[in-house]
Amino acid sequence: MIPLPPGTAETAGQTEAGDERAPDTFELPRPHAAFLPTRTRRVIATLRGDVLVIGGGLIVLAVIVTAIFAPWLAPYPGQGRGAVDVAHRGLAPSSAHWFGTDQLGRDILSRVIFGARPALVISVVVVVAAVVIGVALGSLAGYLGGWIDEILMRLTDVFLAFPPLLLTMIVAALLGPSLQHAVIALVISWWPWYARLVRTAAQSIRQRPYVEAARVSGAPTRRILRRHILRNSLNPVIVQATVDFGTVILAAGALAFLGLGAQPPTADWGLMVADGRTTVTTQWWIATFPGLAIFAIVLGANLLGDGLQNLLNPRAVRR
Amino acid sequence: MLRFGTRRLLTSLITLFLVMVSSFFLSHVVPNNPALVFVGPQARQDEVARVTKQLGLDQPLVVQFWDYLKGLFAGDWGTSIATKQPVLHEILNRLPATLELLLAAMVTAGVVGTVLGVIAARHVGSPLDAVIRILSIGGVCLPTFWLGLLLQVVASHGGSPVLGRNSVNLQFLNPITHLTGFNTVDAALTGNWPAFVDTAQHLVLPALTLAAYPLGLVARMTRARMIEILEQDHTNYARIAGLSERTVVWRLALRNALPTTVTVSGLSLAYSLTGTFFVEVIFNWPGIGQFATDALLNSDYPAILGITLLGALGYLAINLAVDLVNARLDPRVRAS
Repeated sequence: MIPLPPGTAETAGQTEAGDERAPDTFELPRPHAAFLPTRTRRVIATLRGDVLVIGGGLIVLAVIVTAIFAPWLAPYPGQGRGAVDVAHRGLAPSSAHWFGTDQLGRDILSRVIFGARPALVISVVVVVAAVVIGVALGSLAGYLGGWIDEILMRLTDVFLAFPPLLLTMIVAALLGPSLQHAVIALVISWWPWYARLVRTAAQSIRQRPYVEAARVSGAPTRRILRRHILRNSLNPVIVQATVDFGTVILAAGALAFLGLGAQPPTADWGLMVADGRTTVTTQWWIATFPGLAIFAIVLGANLLGDGLQNLLNPRAVRR
Repeated sequence: MLRFGTRRLLTSLITLFLVMVSSFFLSHVVPNNPALVFVGPQARQDEVARVTKQLGLDQPLVVQFWDYLKGLFAGDWGTSIATKQPVLHEILNRLPATLELLLAAMVTAGVVGTVLGVIAARHVGSPLDAVIRILSIGGVCLPTFWLGLLLQVVASHGGSPVLGRNSVNLQFLNPITHLTGFNTVDAALTGNWPAFVDTAQHLVLPALTLAAYPLGLVARMTRARMIEILEQDHTNYARIAGLSERTVVWRLALRNALPTTVTVSGLSLAYSLTGTFFVEVIFNWPGIGQFATDALLNSDYPAILGITLLGALGYLAINLAVDLVNARLDPRVRAS
């Protein structure tokens, strides 16, 4: 999913049936919701959100556990690392190979399990780097304003003037296809979103009375930035970073699929989908299972992000 | 309205210029020598020197950039290293195929997504709502390059997948008269029904693949906005005044939700620009996406520059269009 610019951030999933309304609004009676007390309804709404958070969280957790314990979980750890077994190539799923084998006879299940490792590393590195750069520049621009803000915003304008992923692909291609370059390209195209997000938050926080008070009482800029601006603008960043944890894996997979990311024999999900592309109608399992892994982690991260937004921003839920 | 439009147009043009500057310098600083790519790895030293001079690469960067700018406005976007054809010529030749695909996908996504979103909002909390929500979040999370392959598996029943824009023998049996460049439209306009069926069959899967993401996003956002609107006082007032629920939902509430839908459609159209790259590669669709991925993989710098410019141009144009349509739909936007 593309990171949505601030302001268009989705509010769906927060509006559950029978949300409480302000007591003075006129309300047509609804058969089921109207008889429940407000607090019960609120708990139900929060619990519903929690089920999604738990579901998404479980998926993300499963991927992390899989990545750490890949050598013990994979039935053929050697093949997960790239060893070939040409005698058993192109086998359909069976009890010996649950997900079948690829054109080089490697067990797909083992490779999907090992694929969690590059996916996780890429995504953590990219998201952390993008958050650090974006938050630093964004809070500075938002709090200081003036020409620093102006320059930074024109800069992000340029970065954000591309359809999502196109800038990543172009930078990755110009640097030359490799995993490291793909990671650099992803960071380059991801940080401006965080800079924008934090800048907007910082701008509104700057004018709050307690920040004024800190400034008047002589607190140094660095301390105001750290204690007030940063801490209070982190919620949207946490939500966005959670969703991006999945989105970056999707983007890295897409780059690898085109040949601009991870290179063989890495067990990379996107690369594996590309491997199975030409024979997909006869050997469907080669491309299907790695793609399913990408889909699952993106879904998990999205559900988790939605749930976190409800928890961190309860005002939006009640509305 | 006019002032709003002018201001937005101006900022877009400035951004576009900055994109031109940065992409030009990036593509001329990062690779060692574009001339090397042009002549190939086995070229002799004097050959490289000759091409360097011919491409103007011995000039200072600023001079090169000035020449590049002059060329752009004269319709010269450089020559593709891989195909040895003018980049603009390649892009324009392939534009109709890509536009046809994009249009088919976006119309499907916009209409189906809006309808699903409204239905879900009307029946919030029901099983139907749950199904639509799962569908929409699934659509947003599906990797495009994977969905296309899955659809091929499902549609081919183990046979060979339907690839390309039309069957190979179509140009001999029922050649299409080119009017608009959209094969399906041209075939229908000229009453060439066998060709219409054939091209439509080829269009269905790529368009569906491309439509999944925008469809999910539009359904999700329309649902959220509609739920909000259906709870507001003015909606209840319309109900009390005796308007039928159908009128309230589809005429009054939906009208208010449209700016959201338009914004989301625009955003996801922009996303789909890159989506076409993958769909075209998977379905062997002869559009700009194929040209672009080839250019990216072969370090075809003039072509990459052209694609960069086209991408930024398309993206800014979409954003501008979204803002203008919203300003038209919602007077409050104009004032801000």
